[in-house]
Amino acid sequence: MTGFPTLLYKEVLRFWKVSFQTVAAPVLSALLYLLVFAHALASHVQVFPGVSYVQFLIPGLAMMAMLQNAFANSSSSIIQSKITGNIVFILLPPMAPVEIFAAYLVAAMVRGLVVGLGVFAATLWLIPIPVAKPLWAIGFAVVGSGMLGVLGIVAGIWSEKFDQLAAFQNFLVMPLTFLAGVFYSVHSLPPFWRGLSRLNPFFYAIDGFRYGFFAQSDVSPWASLAFATATFAALSLLTLQLLRRGYKLRH
Amino acid sequence: MSAAAAAVDIRGVEKRFGAVHALRGVCLEVRPGEFFGLLGPNGAGKTTLISALGGLARPDAGSLAVMGHDVARDFRAARRAVGIVPQEIVFDPFFTVRETLRIQSGYFGLRRNEAWIDELLERLALASKAEANMRSLSGGMKRRVMVAQALVHRPPVIVLDEPTAGVDVELRQTLWQFIRGLNAAGHTIVLTTHYLEEAQQLCSRIAMMKDGRIVAMDSVANLLAAFSERVLRVKLEGGALPAALATNATRGEAGYWRIPVEDMAQVETVLARLREAGATLSGLEVSEPDLEEVFLHIMRRPGQELRGP
Repeated sequence: MTGFPTLLYKEVLRFWKVSFQTVAAPVLSALLYLLVFAHALASHVQVFPGVSYVQFLIPGLAMMAMLQNAFANSSSSIIQSKITGNIVFILLPPMAPVEIFAAYLVAAMVRGLVVGLGVFAATLWLIPIPVAKPLWAIGFAVVGSGMLGVLGIVAGIWSEKFDQLAAFQNFLVMPLTFLAGVFYSVHSLPPFWRGLSRLNPFFYAIDGFRYGFFAQSDVSPWASLAFATATFAALSLLTLQLLRRGYKLRH
Repeated sequence: MSAAAAAVDIRGVEKRFGAVHALRGVCLEVRPGEFFGLLGPNGAGKTTLISALGGLARPDAGSLAVMGHDVARDFRAARRAVGIVPQEIVFDPFFTVRETLRIQSGYFGLRRNEAWIDELLERLALASKAEANMRSLSGGMKRRVMVAQALVHRPPVIVLDEPTAGVDVELRQTLWQFIRGLNAAGHTIVLTTHYLEEAQQLCSRIAMMKDGRIVAMDSVANLLAAFSERVLRVKLEGGALPAALATNATRGEAGYWRIPVEDMAQVETVLARLREAGATLSGLEVSEPDLEEVFLHIMRRPGQELRGP
């Protein structure tokens, strides 16, 4: 590995230099969701016994923010570099495809985890929640932000204009995160929609992450872990293959 | 590869972009220590060839090597051996000049490169801008940072793709002084430019490209000797050209006669003959052989491949 540590450092520095936009803003929007939904629904909904709706919401919102920000980090960095042309400074040095892959991926995960921690830091002193199984929570935070970090790399490589990236984000990532059981338990859905939700890999990240806090979940955490990890691994293999072939990067 | 590997060795490179046949079997060898010029009109394939050398483009056929390292099979060694300054001005707006150069060093695995970065900043007249954000620099300064970025790893081969396009005279001078120094220190330089005067002054050998092919390749001296001549232009006030001179002469623009001459002694002879004939001169100029003439001559030739010795 020659360039990996530097590319990782550069990618982390890149979002850190604009952390108002990349960390503070997503934490704030998670808080706004919390405020609005908690106010509107708290008295009507109890998903898990012994867990208030506001408590139920927090891990879901934190995971949603992690997923969206991990995606945003790698995808926006790559497309900006492609469109401004400075991607040549990454393509000309002697870096192997796996180094480039790992640097963008880990930076995206760092951004996701920092935003997730931010959401907890901002809510914990208002609404304390238990952390029943911390290792599960950490595991799903890592796998979830990894999965979306890789998806962001794919989207960044594939998109040729900001418009295409925005489509990827608004028509794929946003619906899949919103419909992954952030605001409700999929058990409350009609059977058809419940079945459909189970095809959504983001659902497993959220459900498993929530298990880390309440030791309760819609599906077994092992099943969630298997599904999310398999998705992460499959996307990683695909992305490495794209990078090796130079797809849309080396013409 | 032998110890005396070519600095750049390009063999039978083909590249198509859809219907465009950008490179048609390009063969080219640049020897270590050369100052090599790659000339040709826009769209001739120069930038594609350079991209292929840096691994930014992948050839459909053929091979490219830098200092004996194949750019595909042995990509790490090949990329360490070459520093490419891209044609377009590009930069990362998130960082300062010094951060940019530190990061670029890191991509090559160089963790402690501060002394060389300082020297590059100094020699490219960027020292006062070291802590400035890239966004705040003028185009010429951004160009200099790009040159520094290509040199952070002290590559033996340096490729400059039109480095002086749209750059002011002072910077051009600074840049050439710097590049000449690197060449004198043993670095191989490959240059593309539209300024043929620059190429003539700097390069020892030149390849000309047209429609994805090398159409001429030789030393500057040989190209000038073969395709350009020293010409005496005279304008006479009345009176005809003496018969002894008329055989060689042709009518040029604005009433001038164009008389090819071998050297300055022959200029004397021609002038003496004109005096003997009682001709009065109203205009006189001598033009040296120049690359522009060679270039135009070669580019206007119907497109068959020609290789110099």
